[in-house]
Amino acid sequence: MAFFILRRFGVMILTALCLTFVVFFLTNLAPNLEKLAKTQGNARMSDAEVVSWLDRNGYGGPLIMRYGEWLGVVPGWVRLDAPTGQWRGRCLGPGDTPETAPRFCGLLQGDLGHSTVSDDEVSNIIGGRLALTGVLMFWAFAVIVPSALLVGVLAGMREGSRTDRVLSTFSIGTTATPEYVSGVIFIVLLASSQTGISPLLVQWGWLDGGTLFLGSARSAMDGANFWNFTLPVMTIAFYGMGYIARMTRASMAEVMTAQYIRTARLKGVSFRNIVLKHALRNALIAPFTVIMLQFPWLLTGVVIVETLFNYNGFGWTLVQAASNNDIELLLACSVVAVFVVLVTQLISDIGYVYLNPRIRIS
Amino acid sequence: MEPLSWSGDIGVFLNPIIIGATVVFAAAFLLNLVLTLAGQRAGEMVINADHSLSLQRGPVDYALLAMRYAVLVFLLTCVGYVIAGMVVADPQRAGIIGAMAAQLTPVWIGLVVLFAVSISFKRRLGLYGKLFDSPIGMTGFGLVMFWIFTAIFVQSIAPHGPIDVISQMRNELPGTPLPSPAEGQFQWYLLGGDNLGRCVFSRMVFGAFEVLKIAPLATLFAFMVGITLGVPAAYFGGKLDIGVTFVANLVLAFPVILLFYLLVAPEIVAAGIPNYLSMILFLFPILFLVILFNARYRTQPGLRNVIVAICIGVGGMAYLSLISNASDPDLPMLFRLWPEALDLFDVPGNLLIVFVSVVFVNSPTVFRIVRGIVLDIKTRDYVAAAQTRGEGPWYIMLWEILPNARGPLIVDFCLRIGYTTILLGTLGFFGLGVSPESPDWGSTINEGRRLLTIYPHPALPPALALMSLVLGLNLLADGLREESLKD
Repeated sequence: MAFFILRRFGVMILTALCLTFVVFFLTNLAPNLEKLAKTQGNARMSDAEVVSWLDRNGYGGPLIMRYGEWLGVVPGWVRLDAPTGQWRGRCLGPGDTPETAPRFCGLLQGDLGHSTVSDDEVSNIIGGRLALTGVLMFWAFAVIVPSALLVGVLAGMREGSRTDRVLSTFSIGTTATPEYVSGVIFIVLLASSQTGISPLLVQWGWLDGGTLFLGSARSAMDGANFWNFTLPVMTIAFYGMGYIARMTRASMAEVMTAQYIRTARLKGVSFRNIVLKHALRNALIAPFTVIMLQFPWLLTGVVIVETLFNYNGFGWTLVQAASNNDIELLLACSVVAVFVVLVTQLISDIGYVYLNPRIRIS
Repeated sequence: MEPLSWSGDIGVFLNPIIIGATVVFAAAFLLNLVLTLAGQRAGEMVINADHSLSLQRGPVDYALLAMRYAVLVFLLTCVGYVIAGMVVADPQRAGIIGAMAAQLTPVWIGLVVLFAVSISFKRRLGLYGKLFDSPIGMTGFGLVMFWIFTAIFVQSIAPHGPIDVISQMRNELPGTPLPSPAEGQFQWYLLGGDNLGRCVFSRMVFGAFEVLKIAPLATLFAFMVGITLGVPAAYFGGKLDIGVTFVANLVLAFPVILLFYLLVAPEIVAAGIPNYLSMILFLFPILFLVILFNARYRTQPGLRNVIVAICIGVGGMAYLSLISNASDPDLPMLFRLWPEALDLFDVPGNLLIVFVSVVFVNSPTVFRIVRGIVLDIKTRDYVAAAQTRGEGPWYIMLWEILPNARGPLIVDFCLRIGYTTILLGTLGFFGLGVSPESPDWGSTINEGRRLLTIYPHPALPPALALMSLVLGLNLLADGLREESLKD
């Protein structure tokens, strides 16, 4: 088991290195750097000026060396600025000299670089944004997992029954509704003062003006409450739960045909006890992996929902960084995203082995 | 001219019926729920003294019966709207729904003909015919075919062009008449105007064409790539398997949205990355076909040479025309080498990029599915028999294993087209789509969402269209899976 985890961990590190290198390569292509030089320096720079600007700001060396600097395994660049006589460098603040500043400053040292657009340390930006997304993800999971498992178990415990058909159709329907569709429909139905049910409720006097829910989650960043946070959470949950529910249903239906369930029935155990005590535990092994593997999908969902509802979390930052050519911020975002994906994959693999008594890895 | 009402004169008869059916359904559903929770069971068979069976109907049964008839009445009324709309033909009397039904006439005819022919010959049509035994599969197939026919007959269905702007019609509500219609021009915006004054209904219809132009073809390419890599990886195993699986996992570990931003961003396009990707990805279909026919006709060199030559000739020509565009000076030199005279067609740059990124995102998943299936099938007896006969590995892979993997692959193909549609919508939603004015559904949703709470009508039709197409594909896949498992 220890060897298995170790090996998985090694593969994970290798994957992370490859992925970050790919992102680094794609964000540091010549056109990106040229655009960066022109936005930071002067929009009408000539090609030679661009090259010298890039050289002066540490973008001149070979790609692999710059990747090493970013990672923190190669010493950061330093150079003496001839006209002003001041030292400049990757790890140097204003007024620092190479002797006083650390030699390495990269990902491994916890230094994520400097965001060129918001003019702030990337780590300062990312932290707060991640916390906001964490709140969103937490509530989305708090809705998804119980409801998907409930739907799946109810549908799978009597395969082919009417409940099964209704719930299965429902879960197929949710998998066919991506966030940008369900979000739009939810907003029109529940958060518009012109259409949907809010005007009706106002007319009946159940609601004093305004709308049932708020169509923008901007205020939820200061304090999330039922009124401004329901729609984003519901939008993510709606698309995410269908797949888990279908997996749970399939796994539950399979377990319910197993021999030991039949034995329990013949023994005279009540249906309720069969489901709760005998079937449920085994039926939940497969959904566990699926739930963990849903994280990468939720990440995409989070990006869409945060854009749609104007919630300035991690996904919103990613979109902003990508469209503003904010290289260091985008790199940090992708590190976080890749990290989340790989860690959930690892947990799902280990958890599957741990939960399933039929698999033993020596 | 008066704005159109939703159901016009038809509604006078049909609206009360449809409202009645909905109310009855809701009431019966609630009753059923309450009774079931209260412990009432559906009626059971009773064996009478004279050995006959009789069904004792309880309140639950009556509630269920009411629900069933309510659904039936509801569906019949919907058909009624369509037929009445086609018969009445005058939009002022037929209302918006009727006028839309009338515009969609070619689609209805196509659907009726297709279903009539398919159902009457369903016993002779294999898996496709069996689809018509499953109501779920049939519903899904109907939805998918609805959009396919819409895309085919797009020119005669859409009353206006996708980018025809009438500035007075900005954000106008559904059914608004045009301010000064030209002779022979359709005189209304059936689903209103968007924020630039374009016809929402026409854009939705053209959007179907845009989406169905890309999604199935991109999925097909992804399958070619996935199969060409997945079958040998699983069959040979070893280092090849480890290597390709690692690369596939790399792509899979990328969050899709980040990958899109990285691939479609203008700077990366300027560096030609998507073009290099297309150069690699589009090679796979030719490779696949050449290996496929080479393995089959290896023992008949004459025939083999002809077929392989045709594959390489036609495929190569298409390949070179596809990836190169001599007249585009922004492209890297490599893609401008192929002479313009031999360049059969040029794909607009953005379309190629979107296409390539969708194929790139989809292929690793297909690879994993194919690999899983082949790992299972290669232990079968007929594979061992072929190995004993001395067949070559490629023959076994492509002519013994692959045909036997077709069931799950067809099902996954349907699901994946739906997923590709969602991906395309995501691209459009972030404004990374084919072009800013493109009527594809993702872009139209993106445009409509800005004024969503005030004017919901531009964003809702494409959203519902996308949902119904994907739902149709999912249901179709479900029906196919169910029927293929019955064998």
